[in-house]
Amino acid sequence: MIPAGFSYVRAGSVQEALDELSRHGGAARLLAGGHSLLPAMKLRRAEPGVLIDIGRLGELAYVRADGDRIAVGALTRHRTLERDPLVAEHVPLLAAAAARIGDQQVRNRGTIGGSLANADPAADLAAAVLALDGVLVARGPAGEREIPARKFFTGRCRSALAAGEMLTEIRLPAATDRSYAFEKFSRRALDWAVVGVAAQARPGGVAVALIGMGPTPVRATAVEEALAAGVPAAEAARLAARGCEPPDNAAASASYRAHLAEVLVGRALAAL
Amino acid sequence: MRVEITVNGQPHTREVEPRLLLVHFLRDVLSLTGTHVGCDTSSCGACTVLLDGMAVKSCTVLAAQADGCAVTTIEGLAGQDGLSPVQEGFRQCHGLQCGFCTPGMVMAATALLTERPDPSEQEIRNGLKGNMCRCTGYQMIVESVQWAAANGGAR
Amino acid sequence: MVGSALPRKEDAALLTGRGTFVDDIHRPGLLHMVYVHSTEAHALITGIDAEAARALPGVLGVWTARDFAGLPPRPSVPGLERGYLAGEKVHYVGEPVAVVVAADRYTAADAARAVRVEYEPLAVMATVADALAPDAVPIYAPLPGNLALEQQVTSEEVAAEVAAGLAAASHRLRARLVNQRCAGAPMEPYGVLADWTGAGPTVWATVQAPHRVRAEIAERFGLARHLVRVVAPDVGGAFGVKSSFMPELFLVPELSRRLCRPVKFVETRSEHMVHTYHGRDQQQDIEVGFDGEGRILALDVTLTVNIGGVPDPVGIGLATLTSYMLGGCYRIPKIAARYRSVVTNTTPTASYRGAGRPEASFLIERVIDLVARELGRDPADVRKANLIQPGEMPYQTSFEGIVYDEADYPAALDLLLDELDYAGLREEQARRLADPRAPLLGVGLSTFVEMGGFGPTPLFEQFGYLGGWESANVRMQPDGSVIVLVGTAPHGQGHQTALSQIAADQLGVPFEAISVLYGDTAVVQEGTGTMGSRGMPVAGNAVRQASAEVADQARRVAAHMLEVDADDLVRTGDGYQVKGMHDATVSLAEVAERAFKPHLLPEGTALGLENTSYFEPKNLSYPSGAHGCVVEIDRDTGQVRILRYVCVDDCGTVINPMTARGQIHGGVAQGIAQALYEKVAFDADGRPLAASLEDYMVPGALDLPPYETHHIETRSSFNPLGAKGLGEAGATAAPQAVVNAVVDALAHLGVRDVEMPCTPERVWKVMHDAS
Repeated sequence: MIPAGFSYVRAGSVQEALDELSRHGGAARLLAGGHSLLPAMKLRRAEPGVLIDIGRLGELAYVRADGDRIAVGALTRHRTLERDPLVAEHVPLLAAAAARIGDQQVRNRGTIGGSLANADPAADLAAAVLALDGVLVARGPAGEREIPARKFFTGRCRSALAAGEMLTEIRLPAATDRSYAFEKFSRRALDWAVVGVAAQARPGGVAVALIGMGPTPVRATAVEEALAAGVPAAEAARLAARGCEPPDNAAASASYRAHLAEVLVGRALAAL
Repeated sequence: MRVEITVNGQPHTREVEPRLLLVHFLRDVLSLTGTHVGCDTSSCGACTVLLDGMAVKSCTVLAAQADGCAVTTIEGLAGQDGLSPVQEGFRQCHGLQCGFCTPGMVMAATALLTERPDPSEQEIRNGLKGNMCRCTGYQMIVESVQWAAANGGAR
Repeated sequence: MVGSALPRKEDAALLTGRGTFVDDIHRPGLLHMVYVHSTEAHALITGIDAEAARALPGVLGVWTARDFAGLPPRPSVPGLERGYLAGEKVHYVGEPVAVVVAADRYTAADAARAVRVEYEPLAVMATVADALAPDAVPIYAPLPGNLALEQQVTSEEVAAEVAAGLAAASHRLRARLVNQRCAGAPMEPYGVLADWTGAGPTVWATVQAPHRVRAEIAERFGLARHLVRVVAPDVGGAFGVKSSFMPELFLVPELSRRLCRPVKFVETRSEHMVHTYHGRDQQQDIEVGFDGEGRILALDVTLTVNIGGVPDPVGIGLATLTSYMLGGCYRIPKIAARYRSVVTNTTPTASYRGAGRPEASFLIERVIDLVARELGRDPADVRKANLIQPGEMPYQTSFEGIVYDEADYPAALDLLLDELDYAGLREEQARRLADPRAPLLGVGLSTFVEMGGFGPTPLFEQFGYLGGWESANVRMQPDGSVIVLVGTAPHGQGHQTALSQIAADQLGVPFEAISVLYGDTAVVQEGTGTMGSRGMPVAGNAVRQASAEVADQARRVAAHMLEVDADDLVRTGDGYQVKGMHDATVSLAEVAERAFKPHLLPEGTALGLENTSYFEPKNLSYPSGAHGCVVEIDRDTGQVRILRYVCVDDCGTVINPMTARGQIHGGVAQGIAQALYEKVAFDADGRPLAASLEDYMVPGALDLPPYETHHIETRSSFNPLGAKGLGEAGATAAPQAVVNAVVDALAHLGVRDVEMPCTPERVWKVMHDAS
């Protein structure tokens, strides 16, 4: 209920945040919307010594067109993704996923960067960014680098971000095909996905991403390859769980998750 | 650390621990006990307040994060002329029983009506899904919000 | 006023953030108490190191079991006395092991984390089966076999008759049903604030029976009751779980006494889920004999209740109430019942909305459906073949002392079938069955009856209460307004409103001119409390009786003022008038003021207009009705969606239709939650799997349907008001209405049962296994 004590620094710029990160090393955590970190701290599952509050870095809250890509600042709130006209026009899948996150209160605070950096295997936005072949921009002491979404999620709540790095931007190729689908199955409307599917049609195929099907969000490559090879959607959907190692826990068994993945991928493909 | 937070129109400057949650700033520091704590996992919404006009769960916001912001709590909703339309709707339609979830529910409903002045039943239920009520089964809360929508809205 | 849908008096404060819940109360010098809870399900405590905690600035102390060894035990099962903190061993995860007191809640939380408890693990028995296994280790020392109670509810002769009845029946079947463990989960967790000033403590607590709590505190501390004041302020829901005697009710005043400062304890939600007692958790083994028409001839039931790690004096015997209600609203000639209450390494169980009766209604309503299925008959027809008829009321059941009051069970079912368009639904069901793309449709019925209006005293004494009556004091003020003091302690039921309506009718004063106060032992004369659907049938009658007496007193004063016999007066809008004489009037305010003027009253007239009445119910009341649920099931995922939920309730006299509707909605919501969402589960090591609202599935606004409510109003002859109560009816009726609908939708696959909660995964698995 009560977080352990910590010292608090409010960063006035990205550079300041990076400086603070390098100064405090592993003891520090970045605080964006705080909707993953603060609950963990209240239950004392996380006890960082220093919180670097980046929540006010206006320079990271934006959605803009960048050539044939849409650039989304890491501190853009879920609420904005739901409503932003550029998102709606060019990456509507992202808006659909954002609208399914938690509740209005959470969406008012949570940020895309915070959600992705937390690397929860059931995060709705992760599915969308993965299916959109997004690229995550990390900035650190050594400068800026791009990490493809497919390489970003490295384990349960673990990402390719190096110590001292922070997410600054998410770059999403503007979808040329407006056919997309986001299917989420949760126990209650409020809950995290048991299994979720993001699907984005593109020239020559469909990108399909799954959440709740393993330690990280994953692409359903077997489905994608089958579709590319001309296998009918209903049949391809049966390959949804191939290669996945879904968790087996109180929320759902591994076998039920595998079954759900097939059903939801089938529905997503049918909706395209 | 020092924070300055405007609550229900009144600025308050206080020295606080960085870990102080906004809900405890309101309840324990300012003695505004209308905002309640019902869980510790950001699930129940009893602590919902408006932060710069947007509904947030004040148990999941540090007072430090609200520094320089404006907060509206349930105590700030009723005006000189009585209950707000949402409050009145809850009274007319029996949208509350024990009253513990009510402040958060009323704040969430107020935020909902600000954005959607004429919501459908489904939109009301969707807008309130972050607020748990154990007494009413929600239907009379939905009716309360519909009443408010027809009688002045978020005001 | 009775029968009017008036908005509530309670709401103005609650809607503006001006309610007063325990955690809202502050006292100068307030300290905060926090528990250290067991992290082990079954273990010996080998050491507690509190040095680091004590060293934190702001910490006043850390106390363990031995520090409270001088206090008499908590209210306990005789022979199974329980202390306040775990001593040599812990019996479940969440059992309090130590308490910490600090100057603020943040420091207290830090200190509790800093207390190191060392455990030597013991074998864990997380289930009843484990606890009853031949090699089980005794959990609670005095109980070698972990069997806390084995009760033959009915005699050996009855058992023999039932055995003969079963043998003679043309049809019989057996079933095992499970009524899973649920958490009350009121939105406000448990809280206690105590300030021991002078000779005794004032205790603000989230409780349902403040006078009983006062008696228990006084007894523990060797105080006369007048020295202890217990206040139940606004209470944020209770649902039975705030009627258990949690250790904090005693530890907080004791620490206030020792520290000479006020002390507050407020449970966190995570703590609530493992610390405050759960409900239900009953396994039901059934054999039923019936004829070709579905008429039930004999019923044999063995209940096995998981009462958790430390036996609770209420929890240990709740299956008695289940047993008494096994016949439901049916004419069942022979019922044999027995139960076992078993100790396991889990949080204790006790009352939860309905407390034993929902389990019975679930059992018999599932049995009726099983019988119907076995015979290939419609469940509505099988119900009709068994229902007790209105002409048989009051109906003596096969259990001595269990006599149902007036009701028309067949009319309730007929109204329900009509509202549902039952025949139409059956056609739609067949149509969908033929269309593999359509979701499956199921219809479930639940014709239920439960007990309300607890006492009478002999019954309630068994649960440790002084009586089963309720008290009301009605005082007219000198201006004609009225204060009512009542012994109930509501937590959302709206007693200020409903009791004002009752008093207004008796007194002839406006609703607005009445205030109802409760929940404070220093203010209210005596009281029993709010539980067991007793508000209107018991307290309502006490208020009615006291109000009628005060009205009589006022009439006598008015008669004196108008110089006529009381019989010659008629009531007017705001006072009295002499029959036939329009100008011979006196207002109630004038009468009220006169009642305080001894020199203007006849010699010997008692001053004031006041009466205290105790209403002792002669019998329980029996709220009943018929609920119906229509579900559709996603053939691919197993997800159940409720399309319609229709209620027909007979709670006798309806005092306020709006709050009555609210009570039904809330009860039904909890019943649906039990049927589809909620279960307090533990892993094999006794670790809780639902210790937060993220993991315990309290449903939200999108997870529950709208409800259609209808009433049949059959007054009970058991009390003058004719009310039966309805706080628990919805929770009693709903689980089996939903489960019967789910099973109905899957019946074509040969499915006969789906265990609660009917989660998508469970339903999918049942479908998968069946097809």
